[in-house]
Amino acid sequence: MGRTNFENELKQLHTEIIEMGSFVETAIEDSIRAFRNNDFDLCKKIIENDKTVDEMERKIESKCLWMIAREQPIANDLRKITAALKLITDMERIGDHASDIAELTMRIEDKNAFADSEHILEMATTAIEMVRDAVTSYVNYDLELAKATEAKDDIVDNYFNLIKQEHIDMLSKEQDNIDSAVDFLFIAKYLERIADHAVNICEWVHFSKTGEYKNTLIF
Amino acid sequence: MNIITAKDLNLYYGSFQALKNITMDISAQNITAFIGPSGCGKSTFIRTLNRMNDLIPDVRITGDVTFLGENIYDKSVDATLLRKRVGMVFQAPNPFPMSIYDNIAYGPRIYGTKKRILLDEIVEKSLRDAAIWDEAKDRLKKSALSLSGGQQQRLCIARALAMQPEVLLMDEPTSALDPISTTKIEELVMELKKKYSIVIVTHNMQQAARISDYTAFFLLGELLENNNTNAIFSNPKDKRTEDYITGRFG
Repeated sequence: MGRTNFENELKQLHTEIIEMGSFVETAIEDSIRAFRNNDFDLCKKIIENDKTVDEMERKIESKCLWMIAREQPIANDLRKITAALKLITDMERIGDHASDIAELTMRIEDKNAFADSEHILEMATTAIEMVRDAVTSYVNYDLELAKATEAKDDIVDNYFNLIKQEHIDMLSKEQDNIDSAVDFLFIAKYLERIADHAVNICEWVHFSKTGEYKNTLIF
Repeated sequence: MNIITAKDLNLYYGSFQALKNITMDISAQNITAFIGPSGCGKSTFIRTLNRMNDLIPDVRITGDVTFLGENIYDKSVDATLLRKRVGMVFQAPNPFPMSIYDNIAYGPRIYGTKKRILLDEIVEKSLRDAAIWDEAKDRLKKSALSLSGGQQQRLCIARALAMQPEVLLMDEPTSALDPISTTKIEELVMELKKKYSIVIVTHNMQQAARISDYTAFFLLGELLENNNTNAIFSNPKDKRTEDYITGRFG
């Protein structure tokens, strides 16, 4: 009852964030599929689609700013809008990294230049799962899922350290494919960053519901 | 399409000039908000649009106001008929001390509608359009003064709609109401713009930003800035507009 327009706008905002979340989720899944299958067409599509992610971010930003200007939101409404403004930045970065992985996939000449492709795929599986769960935790305002997702960051970090060590070991024996090896390491680094952004999304979900960010009450 | 146009409009209360060379268009089937500090001339200007200032002694007007191309200050224009087509709702709800039904039927009766069945139809339609039918339908014979302030204001809107106006002028229609009633009026106004052209004076910046399509900023009798509402509230051109909408003066 009351403020029908504002309620509708909040619902619309929620829907647009879910759409953006699911879009970047697909982008990151596709980037790993393209990497695994060496699928350059898919890589090009991912790079092209990154513009759409940017447009989605701009649209949501504008919507949030106008809601603040027009509706004078307070309490939970203001937290929701603030969290939206923050977490779309993380979603946009995830989209960028999907595009980065696609670019590197097209550049890497020697597919044998990395130490253990299985590890990178396992790492990717966990990172994708984290993005999916972070978006789901936003959709359902599920703090338990947000917390569980944050905890998975260690798994991704461990994979990154493992892959890094494997590359050091490999490059200390042979230096034929240094260029490609570094690119592979970058892919691992992007996956590690993707997981970090998923954690950030979870933290904003937590803020949206409680007003606390990283255990500090900020609003 | 523009429904009303003011050109080089000046208005004097005795020797005091309250409006200075106002030139602006009012867009049809849109909501135009007038904002500005007290005494800036916005209420005076809105009253020139249906000649409500005729009722104030010592008022002198120069310049033109045209309504659908016709100069409303022309001698041939019947001000009462003009006010039928350009209705007005005021700051404080002012129902007549009579039943809800008779408040709505008052205008149509004066203009010759006598048949009960027609009046019933007008009363129901007007109350429905003003989003107060559900609250009023079982108490149509009760005094309009028994309604709450917010309901009274919607009744006054219904009373204006009963005359089937083309334009609705609203002078701070929510400033005497609580937030819930304010929200109802705002939503009603946004609904009404599908059929009517609306001009609203408001001191509430968020309200202007929320509901209007165009916003005009008045200061010391001058129209300082007139633009689409999004432009006014995101990038006002005049520093004084920005200072006012951000609460730095006025």
